Amino acid sequence: MAYPNSRGYYGSYGGRFVPETLMPLLLELQAVYRKIRKDKRFWREWRSLLQEYAGRPTPLYFASNLSKALGNNLKVYLKREDLLHTGAHKLNNTIGQVLLAKKMNKSRVIAETGAGQHGVATATACALLGLKCVVYMGAKDVERQALNVFRMKLLGAEVHPVTSGTQTLKDAINEALRDWVTNVRDTFYVIGSVVGPHPYPLMVRDFQSIIGKETRSQIMKREGRLPHYVIACVGGGSNAMGIFYPFSRFREVQLIGVEAAGLGLDTDHHSATLNRGEPGVLHGMLTYLLQDKVGQIKGAHSIAPGLDYPGVGPEHAYFKDTKRAQYVAVNDKEALEGFKLLSEAEGIIPALESAHAVAYLIKIAPTLPKDSLVVINLSGRGDKDVAQVKDILEGEKKH
Amino acid sequence: MPGAKHIEERIRDFGKRGKVAIIPYITAFDPHRRATLEFLKYIAEAEPVLIELGFPFSDPIADGPTIQKAIVRALENRPTFEDYLQLVLSFKELFREIPLVCMTYYNILYRFGLERVVREAKKAGLDGFIIPDLPIEEADPWLKVNARSGLATVFLIAPTSTDDRVAKIARLSSGFLYYVSLTGITGAREVLPEGLDARLKVLKNLSSIPLAVGFGISKPDHVTLLKPHCDALVIGSALVQIIEREGPSAGPSLYKFLLSLKHESSNR
Repeated sequence: MAYPNSRGYYGSYGGRFVPETLMPLLLELQAVYRKIRKDKRFWREWRSLLQEYAGRPTPLYFASNLSKALGNNLKVYLKREDLLHTGAHKLNNTIGQVLLAKKMNKSRVIAETGAGQHGVATATACALLGLKCVVYMGAKDVERQALNVFRMKLLGAEVHPVTSGTQTLKDAINEALRDWVTNVRDTFYVIGSVVGPHPYPLMVRDFQSIIGKETRSQIMKREGRLPHYVIACVGGGSNAMGIFYPFSRFREVQLIGVEAAGLGLDTDHHSATLNRGEPGVLHGMLTYLLQDKVGQIKGAHSIAPGLDYPGVGPEHAYFKDTKRAQYVAVNDKEALEGFKLLSEAEGIIPALESAHAVAYLIKIAPTLPKDSLVVINLSGRGDKDVAQVKDILEGEKKH
Repeated sequence: MPGAKHIEERIRDFGKRGKVAIIPYITAFDPHRRATLEFLKYIAEAEPVLIELGFPFSDPIADGPTIQKAIVRALENRPTFEDYLQLVLSFKELFREIPLVCMTYYNILYRFGLERVVREAKKAGLDGFIIPDLPIEEADPWLKVNARSGLATVFLIAPTSTDDRVAKIARLSSGFLYYVSLTGITGAREVLPEGLDARLKVLKNLSSIPLAVGFGISKPDHVTLLKPHCDALVIGSALVQIIEREGPSAGPSLYKFLLSLKHESSNR
């Protein structure tokens, strides 16, 4: 049985919980996308842009130093999404969706962004394909990520700071949805993760699955076998779903999603939605959420701004309940260790998000069977985080 | 006898007697519980056809800045849905005849438990629900639980709704139909969208239950213009602005504002 069903459900998660104003538009989008999904020309155009413009396929790199450092005769491969244009996996999706917007004759694109990576990737795709771009970003994030704001402006996008609610990603999504409700006829909303109302989780999965497809053929070529473990960080969950999905029908491959435990799972400062959340409805979908007893959504925290989201893609909720994937969490401190180790061992500075996946492997390496073959999705590069990490590490020394 | 039938009859009765049917909206617990009960009493004195009482949700995607701010003020009291139903009960003990409809987002009800919502709402004397992020496609679980309760479920119709959707929505709604006058979020507007009266005429013929219109209505002019084409008018942000300005003592101003809408529009 292929998921989602026609109403956008993955088991009991997903759906389309949006105001009536948007419903006709979502139905239209679903109908258009159903056709596009079978349109070879569309996918050829998308693939050729990713190859010639963005640098696909990305390498699957055998990290021999890291493998040695972890011991136990492990073989660790890194899927190098950090080498994709703009420095993260986000562009796979934004080029796809902006191309789709163009096919639907929409003149204006809106997007939300937390850390700024999806905003930059959307602004990039809009510059490339010639569409007007407006990015909503929490006022607090605008301040914390000033360089990404400038990047988006350089790329010709308008950045709108959002001052409502917690002034972070979830409020930026609320504001983008409000814009969409208002400008529904000429505007396409480019969602950055496998979240939101159907068909977004499906579309984003389709565009990001290129990560897993490449990985599978690359590892078969190199090793002649499938990996025992595939590890990826999970915020909304797009890089994880991108690498998990093509492996999900191979039962022998263990899929591990790593959430952000922030200051600790027993504090109120984490983003571990699948570990500590409960089902509810937010941003158009039924999924696990960080919420209180009444149903008010809680703020999320992580050292990695891209994991800082109180919801998660509905298909991950489904994978959790069916036990197809295992969801674990590492805290801010552990993530920093991962960040440092990969930088020193391999000369690769990972994004703090991706460092969570590395950190989890460090944690479990001693317990893994000897000779295990592991793939980590290195979803982004760490340049954006260097200043923040510098402040933290130098702050530690002073104390 | 609370519920959908009561709402429909009361709106019709207002129509027959040529009374302007206003549906005031305020957010419960803005700025606190006691103030809300006071506001409701003043509003009741202005003889509204029914009252829409919002329960605040942290992520109100259908609401504009005015109501967002009200929700932030309300959430500072950390209200529970039980507190809300208590408030409903206190109001209903004083004004049995005025229908009270809850407007809130689906997660609040989902979290409380749909069956429990219906059971407790009936006990408190609530008459129905408006759930702006629950489109008909997702409404089955709610409608099933609600099938024999007699409580109203008011779905929204938007300018983007196609004719076949309008027919389906009209079939599934009870109490009244809520037409969102514009593509956008809640909030007072200077000018209402063009062609609104024509659209309302069409909608009125499509449905057997009363038709209310809302989003953006804030002036006597608006009321005068729309009154002939619908059965009731929802006034939200304009009232919430008064509460924002005057705080817990806003009651008399809410009353005066509602009266001015009714009188000025019926004098023209």
